[in-house]
Amino acid sequence: MSDTTQNGPVLAADGTPLKRSLAKALRLQKLRALMLIAPLLLFILVTFILPVGDMLFRSVDNRIVQEVLPKTVDALESWDPDSSELPDEAVFAALAVDMKAAAELKVHTRVAKRLNYENPGMSSVFRKSGRKIGKWDVENDGPYKERLIELDDGWADLELWRTIKTYSGTRTAGYFLNAVDLKLGADGVEVRPETERIYNTMLIRTMRMSLIITFSCIMLGYPVAWLLANLPTRKANLLMILVLLPFWTSLLVRTSSWKILLQQQGVINDVLVWIGLVADDNRLVLINNELGTIIAMTHILLPFMILPMYSVMQTIQPTYLRAAKSLGATNWTAFWRVYFPQSVPGIGAGSILVFILAVGYYITPALVGGTKGTFISNLIAYHISTSGNWGLGAALGSILLAVVLLLYWVYDKIVGIDNVKLG
Amino acid sequence: MKMTKLSALAMTTALIAPAAFAEDMANELTLVSWGGAYQDSQNKAYVEPYLAANEGVSAVWDESSAEAVAKLRAMNEAGNVTWDLVDVVASDAMRLCDEGLAAELDHDADLAAAPDGTPATEDFGDLLVSECFVPQIVYSTTFGYRTDLVGAEAPTSVCDIFDLAKFPGKRSLQKRPIDNMEWALYCDGVAKEDLYDVLGTDEGVTRALNKLDTIKDSVVWWSAGAETPQLLADGEVVMGSTFNGRLFSAIAEQNQPIGMLWDMQSFDLDGWIVPAGLPADRKARAMDFLRFATDTQRLADQAAYISYGPARASSAPLVGKHAVLGIEMAPHMPTDPANSGNVHTYDYEWWADNRDDLDAKFQAWLLQ
Repeated sequence: MSDTTQNGPVLAADGTPLKRSLAKALRLQKLRALMLIAPLLLFILVTFILPVGDMLFRSVDNRIVQEVLPKTVDALESWDPDSSELPDEAVFAALAVDMKAAAELKVHTRVAKRLNYENPGMSSVFRKSGRKIGKWDVENDGPYKERLIELDDGWADLELWRTIKTYSGTRTAGYFLNAVDLKLGADGVEVRPETERIYNTMLIRTMRMSLIITFSCIMLGYPVAWLLANLPTRKANLLMILVLLPFWTSLLVRTSSWKILLQQQGVINDVLVWIGLVADDNRLVLINNELGTIIAMTHILLPFMILPMYSVMQTIQPTYLRAAKSLGATNWTAFWRVYFPQSVPGIGAGSILVFILAVGYYITPALVGGTKGTFISNLIAYHISTSGNWGLGAALGSILLAVVLLLYWVYDKIVGIDNVKLG
Repeated sequence: MKMTKLSALAMTTALIAPAAFAEDMANELTLVSWGGAYQDSQNKAYVEPYLAANEGVSAVWDESSAEAVAKLRAMNEAGNVTWDLVDVVASDAMRLCDEGLAAELDHDADLAAAPDGTPATEDFGDLLVSECFVPQIVYSTTFGYRTDLVGAEAPTSVCDIFDLAKFPGKRSLQKRPIDNMEWALYCDGVAKEDLYDVLGTDEGVTRALNKLDTIKDSVVWWSAGAETPQLLADGEVVMGSTFNGRLFSAIAEQNQPIGMLWDMQSFDLDGWIVPAGLPADRKARAMDFLRFATDTQRLADQAAYISYGPARASSAPLVGKHAVLGIEMAPHMPTDPANSGNVHTYDYEWWADNRDDLDAKFQAWLLQ
């Protein structure tokens, strides 16, 4: 005791305090470890995190309105959107200048597209006017208010001006609101008309169907995983190949096979008609609806459930079951009280894997889901590649990501992520 | 103007070695098309002869036409356009042109004249719907039906699609508002010339969707042209819309029991655009290929492989027999008088202006 207080801190061989020297050595080690994974980190950053971040940023990006219509946005500052009068001549003149410049660069169509998301009908006003304004002499051709309204009476619509004013900022909540069937009107947030409300329905449908698929996978996968873990090695290996073979087969091939099996003139219906269970003129509708998606996706995701379950079950000692039985437990009690609780981490891991994969699934629902069995990801794909509304696609994607993270957190609270074993 | 360009070109060629001429044009050509039989026909009619005539040039296909608009937009934003020539339908060409993603062309200067000297603008006529677009073919979206499944009486009118009592069973329609909305209104009693006036109002849109509602539960929606022929062959649907060339190959090449219903067929165009902002050497190569591939003979050649009508008036008399089957192609063309008795004329400009609105409404209706 007294020795240490007299000699001060413990010193290393070179005279520096041991604590510092140890920290230095550890830091060096950590740095070396970091250097080793640096290529991977860099790769993930460049090919994954940056593009995803850029895409998600589009869900709030609204620079286009100010970039294309700078003078109009400025001139609209003084206009009161609640008034029942159209903006004055100065605003129309600014618009004519902006539109002429935009039409030359052909960017007026982009702002038209953007504003049309919030107020359907604006796109055609901008496009029609853009075609003509290109030929105007914007220095002397007044008065613009009359001329523009003459060109397209859409410019006399107060709603149009309110939309431009409401969406003149460089950031917008418009896409996120749209993604939950709301919109930002002149008087704050309002519900979209009934004919445009689809996204909440789709999100709920995606969650519900993914849960059903996860549950079906548990029910079908559990016995298979049990067999895999408990059969003699030779038979288990054969069974393993049967599980892995479809896993290695192309996703498209498997989905197309389900089409052939499930369609109304398909194999399953043919067999049912042949054995007389179903009338020929009343064949079952097994595809292009929810049922088709659930069947095909359960099959496709089943290996992701079986494999984690199997790896956990393999570690459960068969002696526990024997001990339970020797202590007087029935088969059921031994399974339910002894075996099942030990296999729960496998179910947890499989469920997380299957659920998260299912929520973002795209190809299978697109091919066998018709209109009733498609997921939110199909709508995201539609907005990215067909409609061109990348902002809305990004907002939907962000919401999906947030929901998955939230569910992951809830799962961690309830089951505990430490209880998940992938092998 | 053209003369000075030509003489300048001749001088450069004469002064510098011929090798320098090749340096002005890139030796690689990336073409984008739809894949399948259609791309094959382009490959045989345009690309193979072009490569044979231009040694050292190679061509690569990218089968991305279905997503061409989205991909070009992304490439343009990234400042790295990797395509040289893109095959798109006319409405997509107009969108790309409107947004400045496709280069504007001078049709008379950039394209070959007809053999008799008629300038390109006259030869293509009304089909030059956009200044960025060079049409290759006229195709139509029309109906095919299973001859053995529709009963004793075959459908004769497009309105039979909406008649579930007379023709029970499923039908396939394209997953987009274009054509379907017009057919629905037409069969709801709107006169052909008033279709777009009615569709321009909210009531008109509701009316068309209500008409489609009557068959909604019996419709299989398709997005790839190959789906309807497959659904018909499987007996999954009794009738369905698709591109006429797809039905031709199902009927003539695969001998399926399918009949054509040409009533109210919807004409459309497919052709090339050159992406905006290409480097000079690549653009020069693309333009050189474009001039070759859209001349009178090449367009006529393509019709020997697929039943789409060539877009040049001067090509029509040159259309001959199918390259493999040896059957006359003319009666299978959508433009043949026997097939074009009642045609729906698709209004490009109207759709360019209103597509964003109608797409959103149709998509919402579809999912409800």
